[in-house]
Amino acid sequence: MLRLLSIEFHKLKHNRASKALSIIYFALLTSIALIAAIKFDIGPIKFHLAEQGIFNFPYIWHFNTFIAAFLKFFLLLVIVSMMANEYSYKTLKQNLIDGLSKKEFILSKFYTVVVFALISTLFIFIVSLILGAIYSDFNEISIIFSDLKYLFAYFIKLIGFFSMGLFFGILIKRSAFAVGAIIVFFFLEFFSYLYLASKMSKEFADDIYQFLPFKSMWNLLDEPFTRLGAVKSVASQIGENFTKDYSVGLLNIIIVLFWTAVFIYASYFLLKKRDL
Amino acid sequence: METILSIKNLDKKYGKVHAVNNLSFDIKKGEVYGILGPNGSGKSTTLGIILNVVNRTSGDFNWFDGKLSTHEALKKVGAIIERPNFYPYMSAVQNLQLICKIKGVSYDKIEEKLKVVNLFERRNSKFKTYSLGMKQRLAIASALLNDPEILILDEPTNGLDPQGIHEIRQIIKEIAKNGTTILLASHLLDEVEKVCSHVLIIRNGVKLYSGRVDEMTTSNGYFELESENNKELIKHLENHSSIGSIKEENGILIANLTSELSASEINQFLFNNNITLSHLVKRKPSLEQQFLDLTNNN
Repeated sequence: MLRLLSIEFHKLKHNRASKALSIIYFALLTSIALIAAIKFDIGPIKFHLAEQGIFNFPYIWHFNTFIAAFLKFFLLLVIVSMMANEYSYKTLKQNLIDGLSKKEFILSKFYTVVVFALISTLFIFIVSLILGAIYSDFNEISIIFSDLKYLFAYFIKLIGFFSMGLFFGILIKRSAFAVGAIIVFFFLEFFSYLYLASKMSKEFADDIYQFLPFKSMWNLLDEPFTRLGAVKSVASQIGENFTKDYSVGLLNIIIVLFWTAVFIYASYFLLKKRDL
Repeated sequence: METILSIKNLDKKYGKVHAVNNLSFDIKKGEVYGILGPNGSGKSTTLGIILNVVNRTSGDFNWFDGKLSTHEALKKVGAIIERPNFYPYMSAVQNLQLICKIKGVSYDKIEEKLKVVNLFERRNSKFKTYSLGMKQRLAIASALLNDPEILILDEPTNGLDPQGIHEIRQIIKEIAKNGTTILLASHLLDEVEKVCSHVLIIRNGVKLYSGRVDEMTTSNGYFELESENNKELIKHLENHSSIGSIKEENGILIANLTSELSASEINQFLFNNNITLSHLVKRKPSLEQQFLDLTNNN
């Protein structure tokens, strides 16, 4: 496994574009801390985001992983191009001739994806821990380390998403078109969901779409805003009441892992079937 | 002798195109093999199959008597197929390091092999800045990194200028001298004739001949003869039991042999019959002639 990882990181290490994107990605992850600096001070309205409870343990785990998940698109570019480049440079052929098996080739990419997801999770863990230590109202150990399941969900979500990137990279063979295809695929799922939700009911659409890749990944980390104390109190003033399940569902994790397996095996199948 | 590669009844169809048709041959250790065939005859497809990049339709192949799986065997093989493919953003050294990682060998040989192909000076330049000849030489260096049991070369001089062709051939000859088994695919006959001991000729995916280069035809060769009186000469030649068909080209007679006969024997025979020759040469058909005969007549 280490051999395969070292092969893949050798390819990434010397690629300037991949290196730049990865650095930007991790810099952005760290810069989530900057949210703490958001402060409005317009006459009578004083607003300091950090003091609205978003950095309270354990809520911060949910909030930060949710925000950080949007940054995954930066890394998607790296992941898709590391697959598609092997086709455009024809180095895939060379790798196989040099004695890498097709299985090892896919595994080297998948391990890399897992490592990226792992490092991202670790980053978010550390950033959140520090932010929480500064701003959280609760500082008991038992509270700090409760609800870590959001980190796990974040980890699974990244693996699922990046595996999809690998699959599209190998399916389309061109980075730009592969990213385009992912976006098209997303809108197809999204709009058909909206259509079904308006035609039938939102519950009905949810029941079906929870099994589809994008919706299942989204469900892993539901939006945290309506959970916020401040938002809740505003909502109850206008007579709106959120009763929602924010937990990380086991079924959801299984669905995303299922898609991950489908994407990886489909990539392997494509590679095996194709003549180069 | 140890068999390095054995191919049995290999078949490959691309839709309706039958690229490789029931091909069988063996590669023995220490020999230099040439695969000859016109463009599109299935050479590259055959090499693609044994190198794990093209899927076969049916048939079988075995590396090293089937002791190793294909991808494990390929770690002991050095191969260059068509155009050299490397990561353009990496330098020669970085590219070779990656190949060392894939093959599971140490970095020790990189410097030595870069010197063999004359790229040591440019070792830290990015691959994309290389000329075609340099790329091809880097490919050879990469194929030699693991001191392979067999070196497979597919059209190694394609697209190179005369100097580049010469350099690559020199390198191949050096390698062959060290006893490395070589499999060379080419449509260039003199290339094969100059380096190979064995030849495999295919056309439209079908094997036409396989064996030693010097045993390629059953022909005993032919004589080119000329005398002041060709009519008289033909009459006597026709009476000789070893002479087959005779034809005349630009005043020179071409007499094909049906059995072994030396030039001095025919000279003696004609002299005894009062014919003096002004021209006498014994020839074997060239590889080019044999190749054209084989590919046209079958």
